[in-house]
Amino acid sequence: MKQILIIPILFPLLSAITMLFFRRSVATQRIISILSSFLLLAVAGGLLAAVISEGMLTLQVGGWRAPFGITLAADLLSAVMVAASALIGLTTVLYSLATIDRERERFFYYPLLQLLMMGINGAFLTGDVFNLYVWFEVMLISSFVLLVLGGTPVQLEGAIKYVTINLLSSSVFLAAAGILYGMAGTLNMADLARITPYLPQQNLLAVVSVLFMITFGVKAAVFPLFFWLPASYHTPPVAVSAIFAGLLTKVGVYALIRFFTTIFSHEAVFINEVLLAASALTMLSGVLGAAAQYDFRRLLSFHIISQIGYMIFGLALHSPLAIAGALFYIVHNIIAKTNLFYVSGIVERITGTYDLKKAGGVYAAHPVIGMLFLIPALALAGIPPLSGFWAKFVIIKAGFQAGEYAVTGIALLVGLLTLFSMMKIWNEAFWKDLPQPQVEGNRYETMGFGRRLLLFSPVVVLGLVTVLLGVFFEPVFRLAETAAAQLLDTQAYITPVLGRME
Amino acid sequence: MTLLLALVIGCLYAAGIFLILRRNMVKVIFGLILLAHAANLLIFTVGRLTKGIPAFVPEGSGMLTGRFADPLPQALILTAIVIGFGVQAFTIVLFKRTWLTLGTEDLDMMKTTDEPPKE
Repeated sequence: MKQILIIPILFPLLSAITMLFFRRSVATQRIISILSSFLLLAVAGGLLAAVISEGMLTLQVGGWRAPFGITLAADLLSAVMVAASALIGLTTVLYSLATIDRERERFFYYPLLQLLMMGINGAFLTGDVFNLYVWFEVMLISSFVLLVLGGTPVQLEGAIKYVTINLLSSSVFLAAAGILYGMAGTLNMADLARITPYLPQQNLLAVVSVLFMITFGVKAAVFPLFFWLPASYHTPPVAVSAIFAGLLTKVGVYALIRFFTTIFSHEAVFINEVLLAASALTMLSGVLGAAAQYDFRRLLSFHIISQIGYMIFGLALHSPLAIAGALFYIVHNIIAKTNLFYVSGIVERITGTYDLKKAGGVYAAHPVIGMLFLIPALALAGIPPLSGFWAKFVIIKAGFQAGEYAVTGIALLVGLLTLFSMMKIWNEAFWKDLPQPQVEGNRYETMGFGRRLLLFSPVVVLGLVTVLLGVFFEPVFRLAETAAAQLLDTQAYITPVLGRME
Repeated sequence: MTLLLALVIGCLYAAGIFLILRRNMVKVIFGLILLAHAANLLIFTVGRLTKGIPAFVPEGSGMLTGRFADPLPQALILTAIVIGFGVQAFTIVLFKRTWLTLGTEDLDMMKTTDEPPKE
């Protein structure tokens, strides 16, 4: 059973390699992509079911006993993240079939997408700090190439900023991992969780934990380190923007949660104060940045930042309720945010532009698309009964319980401003009449039925998931509470990996 | 030896940070490469420097005993060098392509993705 842990990593790799053999046949690559994404979703579902029924799964790769070998470990958080990312991977492949142009498809778009999934799944499943670094690099280099694939001037410009900041954060990660190894003599997460509270040099450990906070803060786009995100995420084709928006920053948030609950749990008091201030500023700067934007995707990019603030807020409060809320928030946000990017692509295909001032009239011409936009948009703003309402509700409740009234107030205000931004998109792109002269380039009318089906099925599926997460909030949240309890009880992570210790 | 390496690492970090603050793309790449080297040497140094004691298991013994060189930092550095090499090669190609496409190597000129589209 435990071998299932390696499948979400191996599977995308194998399908990417297989696709390289069919370099000339884009059609074959498409079929392999669809099949492997479906299978990956099935495996991820199986993994989640196994973790729910049997508890945490661990696999010592190559049979080397922990802490000497590399451990793969899936607790509930990892399993849920793998499942959510597999869903996004599948919908993105479908959406890419309808939107990615022939040239990009010929230059290994689909294999790169699979390698990106491999890196993301590896980061979620690994139980070793240095191995996490390696998976981050796998994920990053795939994302670098996906970002520049096509080589338009804006893409290159966005990529310069994205690549530079990520290389910088990788070298900080490497230095932090090195110092941590020098102090603890191990990089196995479970072993670290066991050892770190008893290390003699606690001050140095605090420095290392801050280094980790910086490197993951860059990946997650936390307050002073977010500026690369709105400079790059709107430049590639919309399918790439969507999968980046949904998954890449969340990997950073996942790493923050993993490190500051499991490994540095005893450092929590100091780190949480920093994170609390950062979360308030992240929420505010993201939403205020969005208010000034009139480019559909840039506006959504700024909203990624403000939503990250809520997750970090949940982590910073560090109570079981708040962590559970943060976990639910991550899943809700992965689904809703990706979906909004998908819708932005559809609107662009109809109106020919991402500029909201030049767009318009979508609701009059295609009322169904208006409805499909409103589901994730209202979920993001936190309107009941959609998933975002519950996500915000739990985090804000936890904020009041912890007595952090100022930051909780900011969280409430940011929710309101999010609604303002979403209504701005609604008014500009959907509600108002199409401004004259019209932008040329309506690519929607010429689309065949099959491509339209591929274009809409991801939006419908993710919209449905958003509604279901809201309607069946209670069982889902019970799962999140179990995951949070696992995270806060470090022994629950240590024992399955290292075995019983005397 | 440790002190010497500490000084070298410090100089590498200082030079790297100075270079990534420059506006010229080529200098930024050099800066990033120096920072990667600095991180590698840092791992090497904090993993304890030893001289003349290889990490071999003596014959007839099942495990390492006594003092031995820790092989893990070296394995980490090796991995980091390989990854860094690949990523840096990609970055150099990216920067060259950017220079060919945009016709500038001044990072301050690359502001279009941060500004609202012009009418």
